[in-house]
Amino acid sequence: MARNLSILALALGALCLAGPALADSNELAPPDIHWSFEGPFGSYDQEQLQRGYKVYREVCATCHSMNMVAFRNLGDPGGPFWDPKYPNPNDNPVVKTIAADYQVADIDRDTGDAIKRPGTSADYFPAPFANEPAARASNSGALPPDMSLLAKAREGGAAYIYGIVTGDTAGAPHGLIVPVGKYYDPYMAGDMSAFWKGDPARTPIGGFIAMPPPLIANKVAYDDGTKATLKQEAKDVAAFLQWAADPKMEQRKQMGLGVMIFLLLFSAILYASYRKVWESVGH
Amino acid sequence: MAGRAAAVGARLAREKENKRGELKVAESLAQTASDPSLGAPDPSRRDFINIVAVSAAVGGAAVVAWPLIDQMNPAADTLALASLEFDLSKVALGQEVTIAWRKQPVFIRHRTPKEIAAAVADDHAPMKDPATDASRTKPGHQQWLIVLASCTHLGCVPTFAQGQYGGWLCPCHGSVYDTSARIRKGPAPKNLFLFDYKFLGDTKVKLG
Amino acid sequence: MSGPSTYEPKWAIERWLDARLPIVRFSADLMSFPTPRNLNYWWTFGGILAFCLAVQIVTGIVLAMHYDASAAGAFRSVEQHIMRDVNYGWLIRGLHATGASMFFLAVYIHILRGIYYGSFKAPREVLWLLGCVIYVLMMATAFMGYVLPWGQMSFWGAKVITNLLGAFPLVGKTITTLLWGGYSVDEPTLNRFFSLHYLLPFVIAAVVALHIWALHVPGNNNPTGVNVKAKTDTVAFHPYYTVKDGFAISVFLILFAVFVFYLPEALSKADNAIPANPLQTPPHIVPEWYLLPFYAILRAIPDKLMGVLALGGAVLMLFILPWLDRSKVRSMRYRPTARLYFFIWIVACLALGWCGSQEPQGQVIPGIAGPTLIDYDINSVTWLSRIAALYYFAYFFPITFFLGVWEKPLPVPDSIYTPVLPHPPTAAIAEKG
Repeated sequence: MARNLSILALALGALCLAGPALADSNELAPPDIHWSFEGPFGSYDQEQLQRGYKVYREVCATCHSMNMVAFRNLGDPGGPFWDPKYPNPNDNPVVKTIAADYQVADIDRDTGDAIKRPGTSADYFPAPFANEPAARASNSGALPPDMSLLAKAREGGAAYIYGIVTGDTAGAPHGLIVPVGKYYDPYMAGDMSAFWKGDPARTPIGGFIAMPPPLIANKVAYDDGTKATLKQEAKDVAAFLQWAADPKMEQRKQMGLGVMIFLLLFSAILYASYRKVWESVGH
Repeated sequence: MAGRAAAVGARLAREKENKRGELKVAESLAQTASDPSLGAPDPSRRDFINIVAVSAAVGGAAVVAWPLIDQMNPAADTLALASLEFDLSKVALGQEVTIAWRKQPVFIRHRTPKEIAAAVADDHAPMKDPATDASRTKPGHQQWLIVLASCTHLGCVPTFAQGQYGGWLCPCHGSVYDTSARIRKGPAPKNLFLFDYKFLGDTKVKLG
Repeated sequence: MSGPSTYEPKWAIERWLDARLPIVRFSADLMSFPTPRNLNYWWTFGGILAFCLAVQIVTGIVLAMHYDASAAGAFRSVEQHIMRDVNYGWLIRGLHATGASMFFLAVYIHILRGIYYGSFKAPREVLWLLGCVIYVLMMATAFMGYVLPWGQMSFWGAKVITNLLGAFPLVGKTITTLLWGGYSVDEPTLNRFFSLHYLLPFVIAAVVALHIWALHVPGNNNPTGVNVKAKTDTVAFHPYYTVKDGFAISVFLILFAVFVFYLPEALSKADNAIPANPLQTPPHIVPEWYLLPFYAILRAIPDKLMGVLALGGAVLMLFILPWLDRSKVRSMRYRPTARLYFFIWIVACLALGWCGSQEPQGQVIPGIAGPTLIDYDINSVTWLSRIAALYYFAYFFPITFFLGVWEKPLPVPDSIYTPVLPHPPTAAIAEKG
């Protein structure tokens, strides 16, 4: 038995050493940053989420929708405006104020006309454009993706988003022909060989993105006085988007801790029980 | 010769011992293996560890069962629509509106002083479900009567300002309600149901 | 072994029921079933699989209470409603999605156990065939289940795999149109996949019942491959193997919990968090990990129809294994040569799995470019798939076939019991006997 297992282990080891050849990575790997929510005990930093929300609100929401997030979610446990005094987020005054600042589409109950009314906590973040063709028309044919799940929908998650919004600020290297309406970003996937006029062995990695660099230093004034450097803004909005994609992370990790402790103890108890049951029988 | 015989005898005796020993082992194994009830723990003396194991399993199962049941409770988006704020300035004196709240119909009636007086006068009249008009309105806002618009008989929506008391008449089976939505005639057993609401100022009410 | 029941009802009410519907007798017989005393932990995966099936059915039924099977509403019903609003929705969805992967992990170990110890050989051929049927049903169920969230990978995976059926000459196009219910994967396809995904697990449960019945006729195999000869070779299933299976399930749950609570996205693709877009193909379409080896075999063959036939053939090999392996010795414990080839086969399957996850033109050893042969560089993922696929088929025929005839196995023990007891009973208890 042990011999068989060791043969198998050796074979597997050989396979692993052969190395999983990386898929032709034609973009920069997402930057390795420390996030408050990484690891089995990570959690969201509420102040960072508030700053990130501000960046979303003032910069990103102009073009990007977030149609799976409702205003009340901002007041959920783990969210940017969670207040233990208001366990029901629909009562949270900050949430209600934020919602009321938005104009949400609705119909007039008396006339049936399409109107805009102030939002309530039950409403979802309204989209900046009425539909996809309208969004494309305002963005040179490109569709700004919805941000509700963006951190889950991209390999690398928050780190990828951070890379994208900081990567395109440096501008394209000399010799790269950048099409009109596009911007070079080393973190974006793509193939630059057709656009590179320099030494083919030094073709830059990365791709083109239709979004102009969205952030610059001090584009947003933080309420808590944190210095709004480009990196800070990028980090905060990436953390906020991670929360938007995975609002239940904290509950999940907490429950996970309890479950793991229970299962480890339970396995130990069951093993003891197993040994007890079998002690009178040879096998 | 005798020595060899003795040695053989000793060997045989030893073998017999071993055989007996083996037989004993075999017997005990046979007993435990072939007789499931012997192999199973004596029911009258369950091992402590087995009890602990079963209890832990039951406890774990209960903890697992809770989310599977709780998921059927109203989800967060349903709960978010639990409250509704309504602008009362839309309802003229003597009129009522029927609006949807938690997917149910609700009457919001702006009563005239005559209707209020008629309701109060009947406070102690004989009726199936006695109630005073004051108990069915909020102090300082007696002109507003807010009730569920579901007839307490079988759920139809009664028609406004019909029936001899000027309240409502249910077209399905003829229940008659007065201006305080109390059942006066007909098969319905109870007055139109009240529910939680709060006035936010004079022109706004929060239902639920 | 299946024989007359020796159960005696204890209470009068039990006797009454026993004369009308002997379910208590039935469960008592299951619990007292004589099971070989030397089964090792590889035998716990049957119980683990039954547990996984129960988890999938329970979580699936609960999810179906909240799921909207329309093309317009499916994605939102999963990612917005279930994941965010339904109480514990995120947990139940995580259990179901991760549970599918755990189900396949367990089934692969269970299958490998069966091959290694010769559990597929006479008189257990029907048991093995039923197991293969369960495996195919599992693949169909999992494939349809993955389509339901209606993400990019759901849609495009469905499109690619259903297009495979179009490879068949004459009837191909008719079959795909029938399957799609339209001119492409769309709303009708989603609706019928939901209906069938709900149905098949109950079909699986029925086949599992037959599988356990077929097991109980000859009884369990055991690591020596030697038949049970005496009562002393066995112990009652309860409590000996109920507690062992319970312990194994508990350890299995630890792995399950690590994925559900700490690595929920590790087993799925990021692209499936993007709503399905019929007009835009994702750059890299891959099925879930448990289907990757077959995907690699499919892609290895340059011809579309031959690729589909190779995929079918790969599954078919499992079905005909009992008739390919002619060895009189069941367990590979006593067949060292067969064991070696078997381990290489496992490595080939793992290699195929890895290949399936890569782009076909990807390099196996980075940086080296070799000659091109049949459209692909020798150092490409495709050529590794071809070689591994060749070994996959070769393992069944000719390797297993001829090994069965030519191999000289190690001596097989006479019986399960005395000569092969690595863990004798504790001396004190033996003394008492």
